[in-house]
Amino acid sequence: MTTTQTPLSPEVDYSPVFAHEPAQNRWRDYFSFSTDHKVIGIQYLVTSFVFYLIGGALAEVVRTELATPEVDFVSREVYNGAFTIHASIMIFLWIIPCLTGGFGNFLVPLLIGAKDMAFPRLNAIAFWIIPPTGVLLLLSWIWGPASAGWTSYPPLSLITNKVGEAIWILGVILLGTSSIMAGLNFLVTILKMRVPDMPMNEMPLFCWAMLATSALQLVATPVLTGALVLLGFDLLVGTAFFNPTGGGNPVVYQHMFWFYSHPAVYIMILPAFGMISEILPVHARKPIFGYKAIAYSSLAISFLGLIVWAHHMFTSGTPDWLRMFFMIATMIIAVPTGIKVFSWVATIWGGKLRLNSAMLFAMGFVSMFLIGGLSGVMVASVPFDIHVHDTYFIVAHLHYVLFGGSVFGIYAGIYHWFPKMTGRMLNEAWGKVHFVLTFIGFNVTFLPMHVLGLQGMNRRIAEYDPKFATLNLVCTIGSYVLAVSTLPFLVNAVWSWMNGPKASNNPWQGLTLEWMTTSPPPVENFDVEPVLITGPYEYGIGYTPMELMKLEEEEERANGNQPQQNKDSALAPSRSESQSV
Amino acid sequence: VKQVPATIATLLIGILITLISLWYSQNNGLMPTSASAESPEIDGLFTAMLAIASGLFLLIQGALVYSAIAFRRKKEDNTDADPIEGDIPLEILWTAIPAALVLWLAVYSFDVYKSVDSGAFMGTHMAHNHTTEQIAHLPGAAIAAPLPGSSALATSSVLAVETTPAGSIPSDQAEAMEPAGVGPAPDSLPLMAPTPSAEGPLAVNVAGLQYAWIFTYPETGVVSGELHLPVNREVKLTLSANDVIHAFWVPQFRLKQDAIPGQPTYMSFMPTVTGNYPVVCAELCGAYHGAMKARAIVQTPEEFNAWMKSNQVAATPDAAAIATLTAPSQRTSSERLVAHAQGLGVAPAIAAGSEHAGHLHPSQLQAIAEHL
Repeated sequence: MTTTQTPLSPEVDYSPVFAHEPAQNRWRDYFSFSTDHKVIGIQYLVTSFVFYLIGGALAEVVRTELATPEVDFVSREVYNGAFTIHASIMIFLWIIPCLTGGFGNFLVPLLIGAKDMAFPRLNAIAFWIIPPTGVLLLLSWIWGPASAGWTSYPPLSLITNKVGEAIWILGVILLGTSSIMAGLNFLVTILKMRVPDMPMNEMPLFCWAMLATSALQLVATPVLTGALVLLGFDLLVGTAFFNPTGGGNPVVYQHMFWFYSHPAVYIMILPAFGMISEILPVHARKPIFGYKAIAYSSLAISFLGLIVWAHHMFTSGTPDWLRMFFMIATMIIAVPTGIKVFSWVATIWGGKLRLNSAMLFAMGFVSMFLIGGLSGVMVASVPFDIHVHDTYFIVAHLHYVLFGGSVFGIYAGIYHWFPKMTGRMLNEAWGKVHFVLTFIGFNVTFLPMHVLGLQGMNRRIAEYDPKFATLNLVCTIGSYVLAVSTLPFLVNAVWSWMNGPKASNNPWQGLTLEWMTTSPPPVENFDVEPVLITGPYEYGIGYTPMELMKLEEEEERANGNQPQQNKDSALAPSRSESQSV
Repeated sequence: VKQVPATIATLLIGILITLISLWYSQNNGLMPTSASAESPEIDGLFTAMLAIASGLFLLIQGALVYSAIAFRRKKEDNTDADPIEGDIPLEILWTAIPAALVLWLAVYSFDVYKSVDSGAFMGTHMAHNHTTEQIAHLPGAAIAAPLPGSSALATSSVLAVETTPAGSIPSDQAEAMEPAGVGPAPDSLPLMAPTPSAEGPLAVNVAGLQYAWIFTYPETGVVSGELHLPVNREVKLTLSANDVIHAFWVPQFRLKQDAIPGQPTYMSFMPTVTGNYPVVCAELCGAYHGAMKARAIVQTPEEFNAWMKSNQVAATPDAAAIATLTAPSQRTSSERLVAHAQGLGVAPAIAAGSEHAGHLHPSQLQAIAEHL
């Protein structure tokens, strides 16, 4: 790569394109047992978003009940069911399927120049497990849903709503199985199907993150399955693995449960880390800062994530030395996570930032995740955790990680890759409205919860001490803003998908391989095996696929203005838009 | 501003961030009243963590906001930024500093934990042996709360010996005994602090059930729905659960411990300020989880003794009823009874009384005793 920056002509697309015909997906393809990773990816994204809306509605039930100290909106039983199913949906049917299934499926083969995933049929099966399981879980309301919290600790889970609990156990086992299938598929795809000239150390960082995530899915999920099978036996046939009346030990369940469910937090955040590492350099026009540190820190987090589970059990009578071990191991995770955060800030620093919706959500991710990370180190400290365990401080902390982190990451990813997925641009103005409303709603909802928890409000309660009423009302109002914030996105996504301005192959001038094919990419992605011309983040090093006029034009389009016809057709005569116009 | 060299500007910003973080953490006002000998140490730890977190928050959030303003793309500029791919010394720095910080925090937390958990910490091993033993010979492990009778007395004396090893008065206890005038005025101390070591810790058995707390004082046999405690005397709680997992939490004491069916757990602390505090169940235990509340009433020793005396008389009939159930000759059958009751789940009689858990009537206690 020579470093002289030659003057670029606006007439020529400098991106190498390894495909020529964009895909023509019909809507019914998305309801079929397709083995195309891109179709499956979008199936995951849309399905999980539908469940997100349902889980969000349940969250509003919870928040509305908590608007006042008395039990006055739903009964206590319904309340417990609502928060149990809310958490189960958000974890198992929204964040995990959306991040690993949705973005993982759509992006991994494209990023490594592969035609598809390693096991396309397994991929489709993994997806098709999800919709019926989700429906089953929702149908459990007929008999009374699982109401023992998403943690489902025995003995409580053994004596409340047995049918609902049994469905919950079955559902989570099935969703876990789907997750294991996906994890295996990603691992093999990333390790075996990269284009020949892409060594591990030049993979896009999202692939590193997915590698670390898949390892966790494969190692940790089977333990949860085991725990739930045993819990199911206790529930249905009266064994006593965890039931103290028969000599079982309920704490053993907690160990097995958290052996999966702490790594699950990393399954839910590592892919988002990976996406942020992809999005920031593109919109900052600057290479990622410290590629290797970010790549290897994903692996470090993945490994450490496996040996910290008992920090959820500091008040469960865990022996002292174990508490100390898990405290120190947990705190050490702050180091690789800190490396990532500092590297992202350094990536932005001195860049030429395009503050579009994707970039705003990506920076919002760093900002919000930071708060969740800092409170995470605090709750790792045993003496402090003993005070805040099972309080609203934890509720605040986990939502800063999983909403401020994962969900902001998902939105950043949608704004960034929507043009590639659908061949259409999202409206930027509505995107910014969405960001502002989400940012405000989220912080108003969850920031006061830190105070509530410290002051003494325990979690999972339908009624509370009237002295907490004001802050709870604030949280509830915030949650309504958060609910409303989804509307501009929803309308924007649906409308743009159907009527939005056509996207070019590389609207953001990215350097990773997914931008080197058509939007949307054809079946099998590339007509010829793509050749790597640059590394994934070599911005400002001489290779510039930048068309001077084009950037302005994309912004025009995104704002809903139709660019002048002559410019459009002059841009790239051989490309998709001129053919479809 | 342009005249100020970058190093001086950085230094000034660093000092400013440090000052704001320290000021905020010292004046955070986020914690509730502190009412135990353990809580000031935990609050100190919180303050330190809050200072560090605030500093990092301001630093990183500041950098993000500054970038969003200062590094916006100029309207006509379509070129890329400078290709800076990394900086090894900088990366080492932001790996080493957090590593050092968390190691320091781990050591600090360990120290606080050791002193908060003073009685039990070194004796973990012994306590666990004892646990097994206790499960072995108490009627129905699930109601580990030793009922008034010979076994209870034995238990309490074992506990007393265990938690006060000769010559090792916990540091916080020693501190509390120091006369006023040394260090910040201990305004929390009442006029006459009794010498804790002389009396030994007060043993209380705490039983959690859907949806109430039952407090039993094994030394006197008093059973209560309120936790009465004398100020400035070490308390040792033995927690058990009858049905599902509960968690005993008094926010003002900063301490929480799960009560787990089938395995007793322990908790020791020393209340230092008289008053009424909520006892909150912090582990989801069913529909009325939010209503499972009791009161912890910290009193002067005189008030406490008076309360104990008045209840001792009242409690006698109950104690007798319970004693017949747990008499050695009937132990096997009562064990069976307990297991049976457990299998049935919650006693409806108990659940009915849950809304007024703080004021359990003797007749309710009688019902509980009969239930067992």
